[in-house]
Amino acid sequence: MIEIKGLHKKFGSLHVLRGVDLTVNEREVVCIIGPSGSGKSTLLRCINHLEEATEGEIQVEGIHLTHKETDINRVRAEVGMVFQRFNLFPHMTVLQNITLAPVQVRKMTKNEAEALGRSLLAKVGLSEKETAYPEQLSGGQQQRVAIARALAMKPKIMLFDEPTSALDPEMVGEVLNVMKDLAREGMTMVVVTHEMGFAREVGDRVIFMDEGVIVEQGAPEQIFGNPRHERTQSFLSKVL
Amino acid sequence: MDFRWQIVLDYADMFLAGGWTTVKVTAISVTVGTLIGLIVALARMTKMTPVRWLATIYTDVIRGTPLLVQIFIVHFGAPKLLGFSLQAMTSGLIALSINSGAYVAEIFRAGIQSIDKGQMEASRSLGMSYAQAMRFVILPQAFRRIIPPLGNEFIAMLKDSSLVSVISLPELAMAGRTVAGATARVWEAWLPVAAIYLVLTLIFTRLVAWYEVKLGVQNHR
Repeated sequence: MIEIKGLHKKFGSLHVLRGVDLTVNEREVVCIIGPSGSGKSTLLRCINHLEEATEGEIQVEGIHLTHKETDINRVRAEVGMVFQRFNLFPHMTVLQNITLAPVQVRKMTKNEAEALGRSLLAKVGLSEKETAYPEQLSGGQQQRVAIARALAMKPKIMLFDEPTSALDPEMVGEVLNVMKDLAREGMTMVVVTHEMGFAREVGDRVIFMDEGVIVEQGAPEQIFGNPRHERTQSFLSKVL
Repeated sequence: MDFRWQIVLDYADMFLAGGWTTVKVTAISVTVGTLIGLIVALARMTKMTPVRWLATIYTDVIRGTPLLVQIFIVHFGAPKLLGFSLQAMTSGLIALSINSGAYVAEIFRAGIQSIDKGQMEASRSLGMSYAQAMRFVILPQAFRRIIPPLGNEFIAMLKDSSLVSVISLPELAMAGRTVAGATARVWEAWLPVAAIYLVLTLIFTRLVAWYEVKLGVQNHR
């Protein structure tokens, strides 16, 4: 579903991604771990073109993101993204947050979108909050709304950019549970995370990144149980 | 001081009509200026370099030259360029709108840029175009933040519109000039004019404050 070849990304003189190759298959849950500044988030943001690749090739569902003639909005509509800081629209109610893109982009009727929105709110356990504004919700609730908002576009792939890093510890679980449900339903997911428990339990594959390259990847048991690379070992010894 | 109230009463209609014209001229100029300002603000943020340059030149030139000079250039320059002269009202509105547009553009730009960039990213990640994101997500939030400076712009324009009296547009300051000329009295001509400006600005200051509170109560941030 996602194919990345030789991806480089530079911000001015800062060389953040230094040749990344990555394939993500359908229904696969890939967790990306690594120290801050290793390029994890940048890699994720390249997948839906929030960052433009400096060099290399990115294909999503067979569509080349790096080709000039590609309609990027069409690709993005198929790729949901959940941000560290939720980024809900503060001037809209929870339900309006969810229905905006389906109505404007997918051309759903308002009634269809609202029915879909209510079913997604039920799924993330926030049915009673549809008329609330984001600022009236806790961080965990906001992030669950953000997940529902992304799902309303019926994406084929979901990207999570450190979805629990801005949350108080007691709210991390509720967000991870929603993500686990999603994984169980067979959603293709790429998750940048510091939650090693989640990566171990839910990930089909764990990727360790450092200094702009993929240092090591494999099944969670292998990465966490028997890391081959010295840099992986030293990182895991610090976080586990 | 010998103040002749009778003169004020005799010219009351002229003062009030002038005040009304001032309100109309200001309202039209700021409305047109807001439209110009929105377009220019977006133009200043575009990736298209020539468009961005044009917009920057516009705001620099307008904000860097006196309004009085702009009024003269429009009013007396138009006949040379167009081959026919403009009525004072027409050139007054054009000059004031163009002037207001430059200031409103900066207000809009600041307002738009004050919105967290995560809002644009979230919108785009949902498949919305730049225009859709602007229309449904960024501008509604930015607009709320620019109500106070936009209100200030209106009040500033209310006073600055007095400059169009130099091309004999019959607004409030022109009423003062007319009465002063006809009666040779200073206080009776200019104190009513000052009083009416003051009343108008006070009314609009209160209206802006009230609207701000109303927005704050109804909407969240």
